[in-house]
Amino acid sequence: MDFRLTEEQKMLVQSAEQFAKKDSPVTRFRQLRTSPPGWDKALWRKMGELGWLAIPFSQDIGGFGGSLLEVSLVAEQLGRSLVPEPFLASVVLAGMTLAEAGTKDQIEKFLTPMMEGKTSLALAYAEKESRFDPNEIALAAKVSGGDFVLDGEKVWVLNGHAADHVLVAARTSGGHSDKKGITLFLVDGSASGLTRTAVHGMDGQHTGLLKFKGVKVGKDRIVGKADEGLSLLEKALDRGAAIACAEGLGLIRECLQRTVEYLKVRVQFGTPIGSFQALQHRAADMFVETQLAHSMTILAALKGDDKDETERKRAVSAAKVQLAESGWFVTKQAIQLHGGIGCTDEQDVGLFFKRMHALNTLFGDKDWHLGRYSSLPGFEG
Amino acid sequence: MDMSFTKEHEAFRREVREWIEKAMPPAMKQKAENGAHFEHHESMEWHKTLYKKGWVAPHWPKEHGGTGWDVTQRHIFNEELASAGAPSLSPFGLSMVAMVIMQFGTDEQKKRYLPKILSGEEVWCQGYSEPNAGSDLASLQLRAESDGDYYVLNGQKTWTTNGQYADWIFVLCRTNSSGKKQDGISFVLVDIKKTPGVEVRPFMNISGQTAFSETFFTNARVPKVNRVGPEHGGWTIAKALLGHERTGIAAVPVSARVIQNAKRIGRETKVGGKRLLDESTFRRKLAALEIRHRSLDMTNLRALADAQAGRAPGPESSILKIRGSEVLQEAYEFAMEAMGHNALGWFDDPPEALPASQQWIASTFNYYRAATIYGGSNEIQRNIISKMILGLPDGAKG
Repeated sequence: MDFRLTEEQKMLVQSAEQFAKKDSPVTRFRQLRTSPPGWDKALWRKMGELGWLAIPFSQDIGGFGGSLLEVSLVAEQLGRSLVPEPFLASVVLAGMTLAEAGTKDQIEKFLTPMMEGKTSLALAYAEKESRFDPNEIALAAKVSGGDFVLDGEKVWVLNGHAADHVLVAARTSGGHSDKKGITLFLVDGSASGLTRTAVHGMDGQHTGLLKFKGVKVGKDRIVGKADEGLSLLEKALDRGAAIACAEGLGLIRECLQRTVEYLKVRVQFGTPIGSFQALQHRAADMFVETQLAHSMTILAALKGDDKDETERKRAVSAAKVQLAESGWFVTKQAIQLHGGIGCTDEQDVGLFFKRMHALNTLFGDKDWHLGRYSSLPGFEG
Repeated sequence: MDMSFTKEHEAFRREVREWIEKAMPPAMKQKAENGAHFEHHESMEWHKTLYKKGWVAPHWPKEHGGTGWDVTQRHIFNEELASAGAPSLSPFGLSMVAMVIMQFGTDEQKKRYLPKILSGEEVWCQGYSEPNAGSDLASLQLRAESDGDYYVLNGQKTWTTNGQYADWIFVLCRTNSSGKKQDGISFVLVDIKKTPGVEVRPFMNISGQTAFSETFFTNARVPKVNRVGPEHGGWTIAKALLGHERTGIAAVPVSARVIQNAKRIGRETKVGGKRLLDESTFRRKLAALEIRHRSLDMTNLRALADAQAGRAPGPESSILKIRGSEVLQEAYEFAMEAMGHNALGWFDDPPEALPASQQWIASTFNYYRAATIYGGSNEIQRNIISKMILGLPDGAKG
């Protein structure tokens, strides 16, 4: 048992930290949040050149051969300064799914340019009536000639408004809740019949509302096996959840650090407020929660790609629940301990609070994961 | 990073598990199965079984009777003992005074005390807290006045767990009343049974057990050779004890057993013909508790891996104390909730009123209210984190 980082991993963390600090401080996010797409193509290109977008892909397809752990280490650093580029949506959700199940041709055409930062990707799964269940897919893909025609709607698609290619979970057979009959299609963002609306999020990031009206997709755009897309989708969402945990960990660490600094300099009653025990204990609890979140982020990163499906789901759901609790506690206390200034838009802790809330909602909220966790085999003891 | 145990460690785990399975007598196993309270003599019987095997003090250096195991083996060993529900051994001799004697004692003291601590021939208890010195331990007032080769002790200690069974007590006493309060404290060993003027009075706590005692000292004469370390140097010794490996304070396997027990109650309890475990509210609460436990377990494993890599435990172990004791209490609170009306019962109820497997839950639930208080209350642990880790300033305690 060993939780130490290797020298390479340490260097990766250092350079990601430097990158986030220099190239994307929170001030940059502030500028970008006001209008879509909410992120910057030039910086995305730079991330590609620096190799950030190729981390988890095998070397034979031009990647760095890293694992989910390396992705997690980078995401944590990006989370510290709210880097808005679609790392999670493009590299983790769509990219890693393509790498796992895509054909050689698909990988060359769609994954390679993404790794270079020339394009970006997205994964569209959620629908108005699906809540967090990945099997609740109604968007229909009907056979027409040799191809498919897509009709329906996808909501809250991360980077869905800006992606060059969108991986879409569609129903090719069965009823809307059936586990079988889901197929993943790679659809061009510019496809005829696809209407995309950029939706401004509470956290200042943008997502896509996607309407499909007779969108034609070739069968060469199926990723993985037809009708058998659910397990791929679940894997993608578990990876997404694991990386959301890492991003959340990064931002709560930042919140803790900034709050502790503030407690040392803010003077009331003639003394730094950090000398008050009521506030010291709150800060200590924030520290405890941050450590627990760190432990579970490691667990999710190590098990989020596990071959054993039950083991993977158990670890990811547990981590997601812990991050929901720790993240909620730390970010709300960061506002509380900053006092009135913490409630203003000019103070960053409010931005962290909002992003944490968004991360808690994405890929299943706490209740959903408690439900999934408690229905896994072996739970009854 | 690698979360798995090595093959050698896994093999070691199997060896330990098989041995425990054979070594625990059937009556002890039955009690363990029901989570029943072990009497002092049962715990000492188990002490002697471990002693015979050579496994009673794995954390001791080999020359004094330790096993030479690495940190991970010791962790596995403790985990297996707790998972089997074996009686826990009193820590006051094996893990506290012995460590102090090894680090600060003279060769004579090592020869005199260590072998009998190891064998269980002499039982120890701890004299730290006083009625007016709890969290503020350094304000202790047990007076030790110099009289030739003796100290004359006057005052009172309290919360002396197992005091009524102990042969010896180690006390922090005041050898100097002037100057900084931390600088006038000495660490002294007192023979409870043979020293006139030492009286132990057990008292009952909310668990219905006489787990604690008060210990009174009235002109009790103790030879100065019983002092460990320099005169007035007791505070350093008290603090040094905190530097030892502390992954055990998270009580991970203890809480795990309680959660398993709550699951069992959930499986066996019928509500209108349906299992309690099938109720979604119950299931989700259980899942939430299990996840809090998993986070604790993971955090403890990180501390263990650090220790295995040779890093000394820092103030981070306060996290393990805080969350470990909280999860332990929550686990019992949940088990009580799972019992429904049975939570009204007590350990002396007949089995037709209360199943044997549930008989001791209420008592232990009460006992573990102390978990967030003993070993440095959780509030003290938060002080440690805020000062030593976060660097927050001293000052107003308001």
